[in-house]
Amino acid sequence: MTIRIALAQIAPYLGLPDRNRDLHLEQAERARAEGAELLVFPELSLTGYLLKDMVPDLALRPDAPALAPLLEASRMLDLVVGFVEEGPDYRHYNSLAYLAEGRVVHVHRKVYLPTYGMFEEQRYFTAGDSLRAFPTRFGRLALAVCEDIWHPSLPYLAFMDGALGLLVGSASPLRGADRAPGDDLPSNAAFWDRLLRHYAGIYAGWVAFCNRCGVEDGTSFWGGSRLVGPDGGLVAEAPLHEPALLVGELDPAALRRRRQAFSAVRDERPEVAFRGLERILRDRAAGVEAP
Amino acid sequence: MSDPFAATDYHLVRKVLTEFLRSEVRRTGMERGILGLSGGLDSSLVAFLAAEALGPDRVTGVAMPYRTSSPESLAHARLVAEATGIELVEIEITPMVDAYFADRPDADGLRRGNKMARERMSILYDLSAARRALVLGTSNKSELYLGYGTAFGDLASAVNPIGDLYKSEVRRLSRLLGVPEAIVAKPPSADLWAGQSDEAELGFAYEDVDPLLRLMLDERLGEAELAAAGWDPAFVRRIAEMIRRSQFKRRLPVIAKLSRRTADLDFLYPRDWGT
Repeated sequence: MTIRIALAQIAPYLGLPDRNRDLHLEQAERARAEGAELLVFPELSLTGYLLKDMVPDLALRPDAPALAPLLEASRMLDLVVGFVEEGPDYRHYNSLAYLAEGRVVHVHRKVYLPTYGMFEEQRYFTAGDSLRAFPTRFGRLALAVCEDIWHPSLPYLAFMDGALGLLVGSASPLRGADRAPGDDLPSNAAFWDRLLRHYAGIYAGWVAFCNRCGVEDGTSFWGGSRLVGPDGGLVAEAPLHEPALLVGELDPAALRRRRQAFSAVRDERPEVAFRGLERILRDRAAGVEAP
Repeated sequence: MSDPFAATDYHLVRKVLTEFLRSEVRRTGMERGILGLSGGLDSSLVAFLAAEALGPDRVTGVAMPYRTSSPESLAHARLVAEATGIELVEIEITPMVDAYFADRPDADGLRRGNKMARERMSILYDLSAARRALVLGTSNKSELYLGYGTAFGDLASAVNPIGDLYKSEVRRLSRLLGVPEAIVAKPPSADLWAGQSDEAELGFAYEDVDPLLRLMLDERLGEAELAAAGWDPAFVRRIAEMIRRSQFKRRLPVIAKLSRRTADLDFLYPRDWGT
């Protein structure tokens, strides 16, 4: 029995959550009509990306009434949506929520907020401080937001925590329109593609990457959402720079077979990494220089 | 030195820029675009991009010659209008400009050139209101960083599709879009008088400076690294100074901060706020 997953490569309206909610519901209807059981939206899909001073005005608690129609839709199919989360102490997070059967199953707060070049997320958001896998009707899954997976520790944690798959919501912009000879993708997208395939392959898991499209203040988001199978091979990919609803099949039996043939996850010894990190942190705290 | 602009994916750039124009024009509530059509390469390319993005019936090109402009420029503007199917409006700016300078005969070429550029801007913004058409910018990245443009003149626009493309890239993209070769091949000119050439005025060719600009701006190589890569330190210094001195042309006017929230400093919303 395979899992039918859909990725909504949309261009959210910037700062118009009501219109975005309608866009989400419309995508959920379409995905359901195509037989999808799980639908993933991009980073900040309910608000748009380049929010700046809008962040506090758009922030929601996960139990906010504004999310009720999406919770209702999650009785039809599981949903992953991006939103500005307000914590109980009024801090704001760039979060993804997993919604199923009318409930908020899990919220992941973006751990790595890019603040370099054109990015200034730390100015507006508080960083999350954990990543954990959680149970779903498809098995354990984990969520990550865009820059999170440019840090290898987070996919590592997800798969050590028993995840079968990592669902990534992104708002990755075009930054450099150059393309290496022989590559199908521009350089930034090609790097992402290698990264996603690497994690899926090395952990013998699924990686679903839903990247937004559209333009905000001149910045174009490149789309190119993709599903990668447990052998690191591409299952499905959406076009660049245009809206799409990408639907693909994930096969748990194939993942099971892959994990038998390829034992990296089984043989991984997180205690080695743990002890090593403890030692490194101790040395850093004590000011010990690396030899 | 290998061609640093050969790796640009011009098909992708075409798709991104047409989507940019559609998106950024429509979210202002308008459907139409308007641009000054000089007969030169930059505005010809923007006309081709806009015609593709918005449809030729939603784009207006305005040719605004002065009496000393080259007749070939107007012919090329007409050629672009014909090739793209966009509307062409011709308005000669000689009466307005000459009326102003009639009492100021000692005005030099710089003042006259700036006045012409601002006269054209003023006409474009008037027609923008008349036609509910957004003013499309036509300044390329080379000019923007060298400061080779008139503040509130040709640098003024609502959205600019080619401001992140060097002149060398503009030329390649223009060929891909089918801009007539007579326009692609001719030397760049501000066309303030017949026979004027950007490259004679600047003292170097875009093809020569663009690879340096790319290393300085995009790759952020320092002067020592550029010297080691074979660039003449005096030339590098001169270009670095042009970039620094023209920074004001790439920014909004500076506002004296007094309150807790000041426009563009800590009142931070995107242009596309709420669209």
